[in-house]
Amino acid sequence: MTDFGSVLFVFVLATFIGLGVIRRVSRLLYTPLMSLTNAISAIAVVGSIVVTGAEYPRTIRILGAIALFASMTNIVSGFLITDRMLKMFKKQ
Amino acid sequence: MTHLVGELAAVIATALFIFALYWMNDPKTARHAVVAGVTGMTVAVLATWIQPEIVHHGWIFVAIVAGFAVGIPLSRVPLTAVPQRTALSHAFGGLAAGLVGTAEYFLWLGQHSAELTPFRTSALVAEVILGFLTFTGSLMAAGKLQEVRWIPQRPVTYPGQNFVNLGVLGLAVGLGVYLVLYPTAAWSGQVFIAIAALALIFGVLLIIPIGGADMPTVISILNAYAGLAAVAMGFVLDNKLLVTAGALDGSSGLILSIIMCRAMNRSFTNVLFGAFGKAQPAALKGEQKEWKQESVEGAAQLLEQARSVVIVPGYGMAVAQAQHKVRELYDALTKRGVSVKFAIHPVAGRMPGHMNVLLAEANIPYSALVEMDEINPEMPQTDVALVLGANDVVNPAARYAKNTPIYGMPIIDADKAKTVIAVKRSKNPGFAGIDNELYVLDNTWMLFGDAKAVLGELVKQFAGGGIH
Repeated sequence: MTDFGSVLFVFVLATFIGLGVIRRVSRLLYTPLMSLTNAISAIAVVGSIVVTGAEYPRTIRILGAIALFASMTNIVSGFLITDRMLKMFKKQ
Repeated sequence: MTHLVGELAAVIATALFIFALYWMNDPKTARHAVVAGVTGMTVAVLATWIQPEIVHHGWIFVAIVAGFAVGIPLSRVPLTAVPQRTALSHAFGGLAAGLVGTAEYFLWLGQHSAELTPFRTSALVAEVILGFLTFTGSLMAAGKLQEVRWIPQRPVTYPGQNFVNLGVLGLAVGLGVYLVLYPTAAWSGQVFIAIAALALIFGVLLIIPIGGADMPTVISILNAYAGLAAVAMGFVLDNKLLVTAGALDGSSGLILSIIMCRAMNRSFTNVLFGAFGKAQPAALKGEQKEWKQESVEGAAQLLEQARSVVIVPGYGMAVAQAQHKVRELYDALTKRGVSVKFAIHPVAGRMPGHMNVLLAEANIPYSALVEMDEINPEMPQTDVALVLGANDVVNPAARYAKNTPIYGMPIIDADKAKTVIAVKRSKNPGFAGIDNELYVLDNTWMLFGDAKAVLGELVKQFAGGGIH
């Protein structure tokens, strides 16, 4: 039996932290912010790894592998393009 | 032992993700954010991969390599294509959540039906609905932004549209309730598939009535959905790291959506169900006035004689890829002692921050990029406002014309500058389908043509020709 109460607790706290931190993000950087949070939320990759790699029926693992591919694409392209954009912001 | 490593890795990754977002508060520290994010992600992936239940390493390896093979080219798109890339990545995020949810449900249905508690089944239903509607909705948005031929650019509306859309969503949610009540009944597998199919259809229906100018808001909302789908997956898998990262993504999407909505003076529901573009072209009061066209030479002279110039960029600048020519004009003017600033409207372009990224790409220092609220008080003292492919965000009708869809939207006060030069591709009205009276003011001069070509001509005037 899993402890949903504590997961809910984590969710509420994380949302408050998120709202607090994101509110202070520079308005200049909203586009890279979006690609960065996108890469971060591709942490769904950990769920995909379990579904793909554990001893499950083949069809289940195929679904997992597609999900893993999609998440990995987001991680790689998200972080790379964020860095590419951030490099361009210069003061002078 | 490996379990403990996993727990520890999750805590480290969470902390690094929060630091990453914190460092985004200043362009000076922002690049640390990427380092922190990549480190957190690597830690989390490795800690999951070494868990004892993972046995099919080859599959994981192949999927990861494929992700790199597609992800690297996707990160090298031209910056004008960043809105579609972002929409596409929301689609991938939604797809991943939807597929993992589907896999988990059928796994539990087949082998461990005791795992399908009401709470977990609710989370599964939420994950699958959010994931799949984000998938097709974001694909549609990406297609519209990329101007794919068979996806209509203009909003498509029909009578009873909201009824149909809400009906489809309502049906999916209703079936979800059934599934929570009877997670392992004989028909439950089929019901689950029906929910997924309805969510896929709803995503398409949701985006069909939405047009280009609403894209900044819609992309932000889809961002929030993608984050919430990850949160739901975290609930399903009882994984706090997923919940945290998803919540960070979700709150980012939420804040951006609120900012975009405020910048258009519209509500969420109005964006999603209002079909902005279909609004009847409203007749403005007064007789039709004529444009006054200006020659490139004349415009160059006006700019040369100014002490302060404010450039108002819009989607037209992005379409024409004119940002590098803007830089040349910026250089030519600053060299002559003219103060040049850029007025950035929050919804200019097709996604939040779009103009900033394009101008930064052209090496324009970010200290010259000024937000709407800060630049507006300076507009009356500005000699020349150069409107570059922006339209609705500078339309003075937004202040008083109650019968127009842009009424109440905060605008950049370009009309208050002493002289206005407006560069415009064609004589068609803007996205909202209403005439822009900025163009017919006494102090406005029009330059018709592609933004890049017109700016090229202007720069030439400064470089060698007419102006000394």
